[in-house]
Amino acid sequence: MSGGVQFPVRVAEIEAVSPAVKRLRLERHDGPSLPPYSAGSHTVLTLEARTLEGGTRRIRNAYSLLGTTLGGGPAYEIAVLRSPQSRGGSVFIHDQLAIGATLSMSAPVNLFPLHRTARRHVLVAGGIGITPIAAMARELAAAGQPFELHYAMRDEASGAFAAELAALYGPAMRLYVSQRQERIAVRDILAHQPVGTHLYVCGPERMIDGILGDARIAGWPDSALHAERFLAPEGGEPFAVKLARSGIATLVGEHQTLLEAIEAAGVDAPYLCRGGACGQCETPIVSADGTLLHADHFLTDDQKACGKTIMTCVSRLRGRELVLDL
Amino acid sequence: MKPSTIKSRPLYGTLAPVPQATQHIAIVEGEGALALADAFAGHEALRRTIILFSPIAHRADHDQTAVLTSLSCEALHLASNVQELLGTLVTILSTATMGTRLYVSGSEDFIGRVTSEALRQGIEMDAIQTEHRGAPTRRVQCVHCKGFIDGVSASPALCPHCGLHLLVRDHYSRRLGAFMGVSIDAESPGDLPPPEAFGA
Ligand code: FES
Repeated sequence: MSGGVQFPVRVAEIEAVSPAVKRLRLERHDGPSLPPYSAGSHTVLTLEARTLEGGTRRIRNAYSLLGTTLGGGPAYEIAVLRSPQSRGGSVFIHDQLAIGATLSMSAPVNLFPLHRTARRHVLVAGGIGITPIAAMARELAAAGQPFELHYAMRDEASGAFAAELAALYGPAMRLYVSQRQERIAVRDILAHQPVGTHLYVCGPERMIDGILGDARIAGWPDSALHAERFLAPEGGEPFAVKLARSGIATLVGEHQTLLEAIEAAGVDAPYLCRGGACGQCETPIVSADGTLLHADHFLTDDQKACGKTIMTCVSRLRGRELVLDL
Repeated sequence: MKPSTIKSRPLYGTLAPVPQATQHIAIVEGEGALALADAFAGHEALRRTIILFSPIAHRADHDQTAVLTSLSCEALHLASNVQELLGTLVTILSTATMGTRLYVSGSEDFIGRVTSEALRQGIEMDAIQTEHRGAPTRRVQCVHCKGFIDGVSASPALCPHCGLHLLVRDHYSRRLGAFMGVSIDAESPGDLPPPEAFGA
């Protein structure tokens, strides 16, 4: 299957770690333990959300894995932020999903790995971006590798795991609460890092761009800069899609992604991150009757402008019909 | 035996100061001094530039030393050989920060040695610029005895450590900073093709 091996899992625990964030523990219920993964990995959950009309709608979302179980383990954990403006996956998890429910989960993929040969690691998280960053901190602490962790949040209630992390890492960890006018002093942090340091940022788009921009201005080479842009695909106006090779025609609903619509039509299309970052879902366009709305971070501006391909996980069409070479 | 067609030879560029770097370290040998002068002369980056220079003993490199002294950089370190120069580089890098960029120019074997040492000290490959100047000599590792041979100018070459005749292949290891030398006359000892000098 395109997203890799799928495992049937059941929800073993649900815990509200902050008013807006829930931690889920997912156990495999059909036998052997789950594969080992490294910090920075994510998994894709397949959710069957109930619709208002009483039907179900299949949503597939990527979530960073919490912690690391480098030796493999019986369960994976994720943290989910309730985001009402998303297409419903997080709202479904917060409002409908109960302990004991069964789901399908993809094998872990790591698109945001630690750089093993680095001598020091600077980890920066904003909001729910803490999930892969906390996993990295744990892995580095276990390996006795030098690191520092900077965690920014809007208010203390929205900062999941903050107290735990502070207790674990003491002076290696700093919290910044924007409601208290605390800001990460990015330039100071960057200025004093020894040669061999790598920087990892996960958080809102603007934060990532700001911090990576500051690092480049401070002379950091690109190969030492790493970010994970967890882009939640947005909905939009419905449009028609035709798959030229398989001869399938279907509709992309307003809360559906193009990739989900293709999958719902029974076509096994490629993907990995489902967040516009990895490039796996890049699909050639035969014709587009309308305007392409590219939302990914993979294609260059030139590639987006020439419109030969589209990233089906996050991008869509504003118009009538899109014909794909699929 | 035909010369190898495996191309993993490093590509060299032309030095150019990176404006946003907070510290420039230039490490040059022999004619590499001129590459550095070409790139940095009159540049404001010189105020944040430390130069490490090793003249090549048997050549008249006095002019090159003079060229470097006239640059008015932050600091200039002279060393009589590459080993000493690398020691100074390691000391400087031990307190250097992430805004540091490294510029290397000289012979191919010099660039190879400096680059592999800098990588060992934690510098990223994309924080290093290289420019080839001077004789096209290579640093070679004998794959049989693992000994390093500096300043090899032609292939085949004699390994001074184990005495084998080595074909110098275009296969280059960035980690070792050396080309690979493989025994050429194993089947019929002494049957050697005429030595071919390396092109620039
Ligand atoms: S699946 Fe990664 S970019 Fe679409």
